[in-house]
Amino acid sequence: MFLCSHFILTQPVTFLVKHQQRCQEMEFAELIKTPRVDGVVLRRPFLPTVEGTLCLTGHHLILSSRQDNTEELWLLHANIDAIEKRFVGSLGTIIVKCKDLRVIQLDIPGMEECLNIASSIEVLSTLDSVSLMYPFFYRPMFQVIEDGWKSFLPEDAFKDLESMTEEWRLSDVNKDYSVCSSYPPLVAVPKDVDDDTLRKAAAFRHGGRFPVLSYYHKKNGMVMMRSGQPLTGTNGRRCKEDEKLINATLRAGKRGYIIDTRTVSVAQQAKARGGGFESEANYPQWRRIHKAIERSSILQESLIKLVEACNDQSHSMDRWLSKLEASNWQTHVKEILTTACLAAQCIDREGASVLVHGTEGTDSTLQVTSLAQIILDPACRTIQGFQALVEREWLQAGHPFQQRCSQSAYSNSKPRCEAPVFLLFLDCVWQILRQFPCSFQFSQHFLVLLFEHTYASQFGTFMGNSASERSKLNLSQKTVSLWSWVNRPQEVERLSNPLYEANCLVIWPSVAPQSLLLWEGVFLRWKRSSRCLDEAYDEMVHIIQYNNKELQNKVNNLRRQLAQLETEEPLLQTP
Amino acid sequence: FLNETVENVRLIDRTAPRKAMVGTLYLSATHTIFVENNPETRRETWVLHSMVASVERPPTTPSGSHLVVHTKNFQVVQLLIPQERDAMDVQASLARLSRPEKYSELYCLSINPNANKEEREESWSFLDLQADYRRMGVPNNLWVSTPANSEYRVCDTYPSELFVPKSATPPVIVGSSKFRSRGPSDPFFSQAAICRCSQPLSGFSARSQEDEQMLEAIMKSNPGSDYIYVVDTRPKLNAMANRAAGKGYENEDHYANIKLQFIGIENIHVMRNSQQKISDVGELKTPSMGDFLWGLESSGWLKHIKAVLDAGVFIAKAVAEEGISVVVHCSDGWDRTAQACSVASVLLEPYYRTMKGLMLLIERDWVSFGHKFSHRYNHLEGDPKEVSPVIDQFLECVWQLSEQFPCAFEFNERFLVQLHRHVYSCQYGNFLGNSQKERRDMGLRERTHSLWPQLWKDRAQYANPLYRADHTQTQGILRPNTTPYCFKMWKGMYNRVEKSSPPRQTPTDLLTAVREETQQLEEELTNHQEVAPGGTAQPGTKQGIQTRSRNAPNERCSLRPIYKFINVSLLITIN
Repeated sequence: MFLCSHFILTQPVTFLVKHQQRCQEMEFAELIKTPRVDGVVLRRPFLPTVEGTLCLTGHHLILSSRQDNTEELWLLHANIDAIEKRFVGSLGTIIVKCKDLRVIQLDIPGMEECLNIASSIEVLSTLDSVSLMYPFFYRPMFQVIEDGWKSFLPEDAFKDLESMTEEWRLSDVNKDYSVCSSYPPLVAVPKDVDDDTLRKAAAFRHGGRFPVLSYYHKKNGMVMMRSGQPLTGTNGRRCKEDEKLINATLRAGKRGYIIDTRTVSVAQQAKARGGGFESEANYPQWRRIHKAIERSSILQESLIKLVEACNDQSHSMDRWLSKLEASNWQTHVKEILTTACLAAQCIDREGASVLVHGTEGTDSTLQVTSLAQIILDPACRTIQGFQALVEREWLQAGHPFQQRCSQSAYSNSKPRCEAPVFLLFLDCVWQILRQFPCSFQFSQHFLVLLFEHTYASQFGTFMGNSASERSKLNLSQKTVSLWSWVNRPQEVERLSNPLYEANCLVIWPSVAPQSLLLWEGVFLRWKRSSRCLDEAYDEMVHIIQYNNKELQNKVNNLRRQLAQLETEEPLLQTP
Repeated sequence: FLNETVENVRLIDRTAPRKAMVGTLYLSATHTIFVENNPETRRETWVLHSMVASVERPPTTPSGSHLVVHTKNFQVVQLLIPQERDAMDVQASLARLSRPEKYSELYCLSINPNANKEEREESWSFLDLQADYRRMGVPNNLWVSTPANSEYRVCDTYPSELFVPKSATPPVIVGSSKFRSRGPSDPFFSQAAICRCSQPLSGFSARSQEDEQMLEAIMKSNPGSDYIYVVDTRPKLNAMANRAAGKGYENEDHYANIKLQFIGIENIHVMRNSQQKISDVGELKTPSMGDFLWGLESSGWLKHIKAVLDAGVFIAKAVAEEGISVVVHCSDGWDRTAQACSVASVLLEPYYRTMKGLMLLIERDWVSFGHKFSHRYNHLEGDPKEVSPVIDQFLECVWQLSEQFPCAFEFNERFLVQLHRHVYSCQYGNFLGNSQKERRDMGLRERTHSLWPQLWKDRAQYANPLYRADHTQTQGILRPNTTPYCFKMWKGMYNRVEKSSPPRQTPTDLLTAVREETQQLEEELTNHQEVAPGGTAQPGTKQGIQTRSRNAPNERCSLRPIYKFINVSLLITIN
C-alpha cells in the first residue's frame, strides 16, 4: 500500500539515503541485519515486475530500481501482516502479506541475505512499543492548511446541538478520565441530570460507560444514546440514577426503545459475569429489542475465512459460493445493517428515542449508532460530515482501534483482541453508498483509504485505544492528523463522488441478501484488475464535468444575450 | 369468459403487503388489466397473457381469494379478489388464455396485418443479414455462398443462404450434412472462422469421407494454420453417451489436424431446473444470508452462466489470439452452439456490442440458424421438456460482461431485459416458430410486425451513457475474467425492485439526464439564436424531451420563457 502516493512519488532519492541514516542512528539499527540487497525482483498484482535494490529502514521496506519514472515500493513495516520464505537453491523468495490484503513477492539472491531480511521484517513489523511507531517519526511533505487535530472538537459539535435544543448540556464529569476511561473528557447528557448522578450511573454500566447522547434527530427531537451493558448480575441489581438518567430523555407519556445488539441468550449469559440487561420491571417506559450482532472474536475469524475464500485458486463456482457462505461475512453485514435500520426506524418512523448497547459498548454499539446516523442525517454523507462521524462515534467514543487493528487476515499469530469491527462498518457504508450512488459526497475511495489507515498509517489519528490514551501519547503535538491530509483540496477532489446531489431525505437501504454484495473494492482489489471499472468511473467524471462546464458557458452566453434582448425588446420577458 | 370484469380487487405491493391499490380487473383477449379506483391517479397495470407463466390461488382467506400471477420474465403480480367464485373464474380464464394452442391465438397474429401495411413491410427490412456478412468480408476468395440449401433441401433448420469454404464441393457439403443433421457453416468470419454444426453421426466407428473433407476445407480456408479446433460444448461424458445412439463426437484419428475440446455446458433439462431454482432464490421473501447464498449455490445457475461464458472465451481466444478456425457443435447445434458462437462474437467484435449489432447477432445466430424459439420459450402449449432458458443465458452472459466492461456496450441493462421479454411475449413475429423455414411457411412477414425497428425507435431509453464509440474499452476483443467471484446474481432479472423509494437513483439514469440536459440547452440556444431578432421564441416542444428519466418535472417541457427554463436546468445539473 502506498499510504500516501503523492508523498512517495515526490521523494528525492537523497531523502531515501538520509532517511535511512537517521533511522540507523536510532534504536532500529540493531534490528536490521542486512540494510540493503541488490538484484531483488519485486512481483505484485497488475504491475510489471521490477528489479532493484531492496533497502530496509526502521519503518519501511523500500525497493528502488534507481531509474527515473519507475515506481518504487515503499511499504510500511506496520502494514505487513505475515511473511513466508521459500528457497530454490540459493534464490530465496519472501512472500509479503499485507494488512490491506495485498500480497507481494520479493525474489532475493543469496540465502543469507534472504534470511536476514525476513527476520528483520518479522521483528520490525511486530514491534510492540508504541513510541517507536512511524507516526512519531513522520514529517509531512505537504502543507497543513487546517490542523486535523482541531477540526472536530466536541465543543464545536455541541454548538450545533445547542442551536437545535436546550435539553442537553456538555458535562466535564470525565475531565480526568476517572469516571470512564474510554470516554472523552466532554460528553453530552440531559440537562436535568447532574454530574453526581452520572458518576453513580457510570458505576452501574460496563466500563463506566453511562448513557450519553449519540445523535439528535432534528426533525422530531428524538435522540439516540449509547452506553455499556448494565451491571445487573444474576441477582438483578438496579440503579435509580441510571433509570433517572435515561428516563430524562423521554418526553412525557412517551416510550423509548433499548436496542441490545446481542441475542437474548447471550445477554442472559452475560449476567453470570456481572453484566446483563435492563429489566421491564425497572425500566417500564422502555421496550427492549434484542438483535444478533456477533462478538468481535467471531468477526475476526470470519474475515480470515473470507480472505481465504477470495484467494482460492480453484475455478469452481460451487466452492466459491460455499466458502463465501461459510465465512459468514455477508451475514454480519446484513445483521449490522438491519440493526442500524431498526434504530433509525424507531427514531424517524416511530418517533421514539433509542438507547443502544451490547456488552462493552465499544464495538457493535458504535456500528449501529454510526450507521443509523448515515441513514438519518444527510450531513454524515458529506466528506467533512463523515470525518466528524468517525471522530465522534468511533475515536471519541472509545473504539479500541489499536487493539482491533494490530493484525489483519493473514497473521499467523494467535489473535488477541483483533477484530474487523470498523471494516464491517465501512463495508455497510459501502452497501448503502452502492444503493444510493448519488446521495454521498464521497466515493468508495474514501472508505478504502480509511480501511488502510486504521491498519497502518503515517498519521496518528487511529493510534491508541481511547481519547485518554491519545492524550497521554500527546498525539496532537507529536503526530500529524489524517484529516489534515484528507482535507486538502486535491485530496478532497480525489475522494469526491462525481454523482453527488445533496439529498436531505432519510435513506432506507435494502437489507435483503439479494441487495448486498461482496465489497470488491477491498476484498477483490488485488485479485482482479479494476482497470475497466476505473475507466468507467473516469468516464462518469468526464461526462459530468464536461457537461457542467459546457452548460456553464452556454448559460452564461445565453444570459448575456438575454440581458441584451431585454433592453432591446421588453415584451419577450412576459411569461 | 372474455371481457370479464371484477370490481373491488386489490393489487398488493409485495414489498409492502399492507399497501394495496383498490381497483377493477378487466380481462381482454390479450391482456389482464388492473385499473386503480383512485380518480386522481387511475394507475393501470397491464399483463400480457402470453407472459403469464403460472397463476396460483392460495387457500381463501376471510378477506377474499389471493391470486399470484408469475410472469415468464420473473415478475409477480398479487391480486386479492373478494369473492372466491370470481377468483376461480379469473384463474381458469387466465390459465386458458396464457396457454394458446395455435399460433393464430398469439397476440402478434391477432391484429390486422394490413392496418399499417407499409410500416409492417418496412419493419422487416430493418435488419440486413447479408450486409452483416459483407461487413465481415464474405463472400471472398476463400468463402462462398452455397445454393445447396436454397429450398431447405439439405437442412430444414438452417437458413437458405449459407457460407462454406470455396474448396468444399457440393457433394462434400451434402455428404457432410448427411453425416450431421446440420452440416458446418460459417457464422463468423475474420481471418480464422467460427463454424457451427451438429454432432457427427459417428457412433463408435462410423465415418464420413465428405465430412472429413469438409473440416479439411475449413482449415484450408484459413491460410497459415495447420489445424482447427473442434469445440464440443457438451460435458465429455454426455458426448460419449451419445455414441451409443450412433452419434457422438469426432474421432481425432479419422480427422487430420483437428484438436477436440470439450467445454461442459449442461443440457437443456439441467438448465430448465436450474433457472426455476434461481428464480425461486430471487423471490425469497425474507431469507437469511445463509439461505440466499446456499440457494444461489444449489441452483447451479451461475456455474452454468460461467460455463457458457468460458465456451465463448475459448473460441474467441482461438480465433483472435491463435488465429485458428473453430468448428462448434453440441448435440443438435441450435442451443449450446448458438450460445457459444454468439458469446464469442460479442467478445470478438465491437459491432455486436452496439444495439443494432446485438439485434443482428440474434437474428443471425439464433433466428436464422434455427434456434427453436417456440419450443424453448413455450409459445404454444407443448412438451414441457422442450422448454429451456437457452437465450436467457446468452443475454445474461452479455449482462455479466457489461458489469465487467461498463463502457464497452452501447446498450444498458434495460435493453437486455426488453429483449428477454420479447423472446417470450409474442407481440412481434420475430421469434415465432422453430426455424426460418417455419416462419416462411407461416408467412410471418406478411402477417406480423418486426420487433427491431420498435426497439430502435426507443433507443434513447436503452442507451448506456458511458458508451463512447472511440473509448478503448469499445475497441478490439474483450478478455473477461471468469473467476467465480466475478459473477453476480442478475438482480435486474431475478430480483427486480418494483417500486423504489424516491432518492434511490441509478448512475445510468443520472448520467443520461445530465446528457439530455446539455443537449436540450444546446437546442434551446440554437432555437433562440434563430428567432432572436424580433420573433417570439417557442422553446421546449421538441421530441425526445418527454422521455426523461430523472426527477424532471414535466412542466419543463411545456412552453416557458427561456430564462426560467435555464434556471431550472441549472438547479438540477450543477451542484
